[in-house]
Amino acid sequence: MFKKTYLGAAFAALCFYTSPAPAATDADLQAIRAQIQELKQSYEQRIAQLEARLQTAEYQQTELKQTVTSTSRTDASASPAGEGTFNPAISLILGGSYGKLSQDPTIPATGFAMSANPGHSQGFNLGESELGISANIDPEYRGVATLALAPAGGVSVENAFVQTSALSNGLNLKFGRYFSGLGYLNEIHAHAWDFADQPLVYATLWNNQLGEDGVQLKWLAPTDTFIELGGELGRGRGFPGTDRTKNGAGSGVLFAHLGDDIGIEHSWRAGASLHQTRRDNAVSIDANNTLINNSFSGNSRTAGVDFVWKYSPDGNTANRYLKIQGEYFQRKESGVLTYDTALTNVTDSFANTQSGWYLQTVYQFMPHWRTGLRYDRLDPGSAQIGASNAGNVISNYAFNPTRTSLMLDYSPSEFSRLRLQLAHDNSRLGLPDNQFFVQYIMSLGAHGAHQY
Amino acid sequence: MKKILFSLALTLLSTSAHAALNVFACEPEWAALTQLLAGDKVSIYTATGALQDPHRVEARPSLIARARKANLLVCTGAELESAWLPVILRESGNAAVRTGNPGNFEAARYVTMLETPGRLDRGDGDVHAMGNPHIQTDARNFIPVAEALSKRLIQIDPSNTLYYQQQLSQFNQQWRTAISRWEKQAAPLKGIAIIAQHRGFPYLNNWLGLIQVAELESRPGMEPSAAHLSLVLNQLQQHPAKMVLRAAYQDGRPSEWIAGRAHINAVALPYTVGGNAQAIDLFSLFDNTISQLLAGLK
Repeated sequence: MFKKTYLGAAFAALCFYTSPAPAATDADLQAIRAQIQELKQSYEQRIAQLEARLQTAEYQQTELKQTVTSTSRTDASASPAGEGTFNPAISLILGGSYGKLSQDPTIPATGFAMSANPGHSQGFNLGESELGISANIDPEYRGVATLALAPAGGVSVENAFVQTSALSNGLNLKFGRYFSGLGYLNEIHAHAWDFADQPLVYATLWNNQLGEDGVQLKWLAPTDTFIELGGELGRGRGFPGTDRTKNGAGSGVLFAHLGDDIGIEHSWRAGASLHQTRRDNAVSIDANNTLINNSFSGNSRTAGVDFVWKYSPDGNTANRYLKIQGEYFQRKESGVLTYDTALTNVTDSFANTQSGWYLQTVYQFMPHWRTGLRYDRLDPGSAQIGASNAGNVISNYAFNPTRTSLMLDYSPSEFSRLRLQLAHDNSRLGLPDNQFFVQYIMSLGAHGAHQY
Repeated sequence: MKKILFSLALTLLSTSAHAALNVFACEPEWAALTQLLAGDKVSIYTATGALQDPHRVEARPSLIARARKANLLVCTGAELESAWLPVILRESGNAAVRTGNPGNFEAARYVTMLETPGRLDRGDGDVHAMGNPHIQTDARNFIPVAEALSKRLIQIDPSNTLYYQQQLSQFNQQWRTAISRWEKQAAPLKGIAIIAQHRGFPYLNNWLGLIQVAELESRPGMEPSAAHLSLVLNQLQQHPAKMVLRAAYQDGRPSEWIAGRAHINAVALPYTVGGNAQAIDLFSLFDNTISQLLAGLK
């Protein structure tokens, strides 16, 4: 390209200089020849220079291409080719335990017969294996599914939700089936719990964890301090709600979280939440006679506060850290209670306020080793029972269920954990239970990032 | 209550009135580089400290709040932050800094990665599919990263193009001079045998010609066990090494144990800006790294 233009120019110059030739003398001719020669040389030089520049440019370009292809080759080597390229992240949690209990785990905490009782398993148990699948759906959405494989067989959908990933201004929208954002522990999956079981207040008031089918909207304030507000509308299928078929929402949740660091060593988060649902014909076994079923219909409102504080020397959680957390929930229920649905069938008003809290601390005293202590306490409240049921249902047990748990766990890597747990469970009046658990939690495949 | 609301409103106002680009730097070395390239045009938040293990940072609320306001995220990438950054990006509700958008800058994309594993098996320990992510230990890696980062700053904030270009050419000049100085100083280190506590120095070894003969972790990310340490000790008798290297954030005991028994030097390198009192910026980071390595020869 360059070569041609310059040759053309040289030719034109040659013509220009040769045209006055016929009128010239020998000396003139010689001078002209010398000039042409000079011109030719200088152009040749410049052409050679330009050619060299072109060559280096071309070389650099191919070199660049080579580095690009070599980096893309290293990228490609780590991911499978063909159809599998877009496979989502898959993780499988294998868990199991050995439990030694001295009381029947189906007996509920005193005063909480109408609440949930997920209980414990005795002897060797395969815990729930959890299969997690997640990926970006497109630039707008991310999908997550968590399937719980029960040891007896059967699969239940624990989580199956879609989350927006293209919203800005601190907004996050989630829909599908998810763990509610209330409290601190509710969103945390079982494999990331610090103890083998949930605190009593979660076990009784939320049946371990509140899962919802619905929509969640969260907003994060544009401040240096973490301020998050969220709301949920759901079907109300998770305890304390009762699944039903009707239009509209069956439950609502509001929550707010506040958090920050203090220096590089301390961090904290505090929160408050409200939950409301309606219970329709919620059947429970009578506290005094396991052959009798009662049924409750009414409103359930729960308010809670939670906090967590973490400390780590130099902020290096890989070596040592201390974590202290606590939560308090209070539930007010009011409606009608039917005593002995099968025979007596007496219905009258019922209202009660129950509450519970826990305080726990977990200390990683050296890399891979942690120990923890937890104290649980429940208040069954004093029920206001309509006159016709006053003789059937106990209103006040004058007893507060408590439990103290101590755990030690060892994690050889991020993907495996072995745990010992001792508990003195005094949640049932007159039936103290000394419990002992050994547990393993192993995670295979993709290992997603953990929440705070 | 009124006072609280008032101060809350004030903080909201003051943050939105801030004109400079908000940069969220995952590690101190990228914060330092961004500062050199962008000066007062940016306001930088550094997510991790030099004494924190960058693999094991928690997705703290404060990090989520800072990522919410960020215009640009400057991180290593190559899965170094995979234990915490994805949660922060998801929870921050800030599409600008999500993976794939201009506001998300990963330094590892611009350097030649070392130790890209041929096979991915957790039985081999905590291996990174995209290669060893500790790229900041080779000073030469900062040149392509700086160039790409400068381009990214221009893309996000084109009104200051000229400034960013000037800063880059100034950085390039100073950095190249410094590299030739460091390479000259480090000449005696060429071919020296070393042990590493964690597989964190391949780029440093590759740059200065150090030869790593053993690792104290039997597999990356696994705590050095007594059995493996004595194995390394035996190995040292046949293939002696001059020193044992660790990063400032790592527990010093395994290094000190082996150093005491094998009569070699234990060297704690700053690893990043702020890793010790001397490493206050990128230049002093490498000054200190090389002087410590040279001291380790004795």
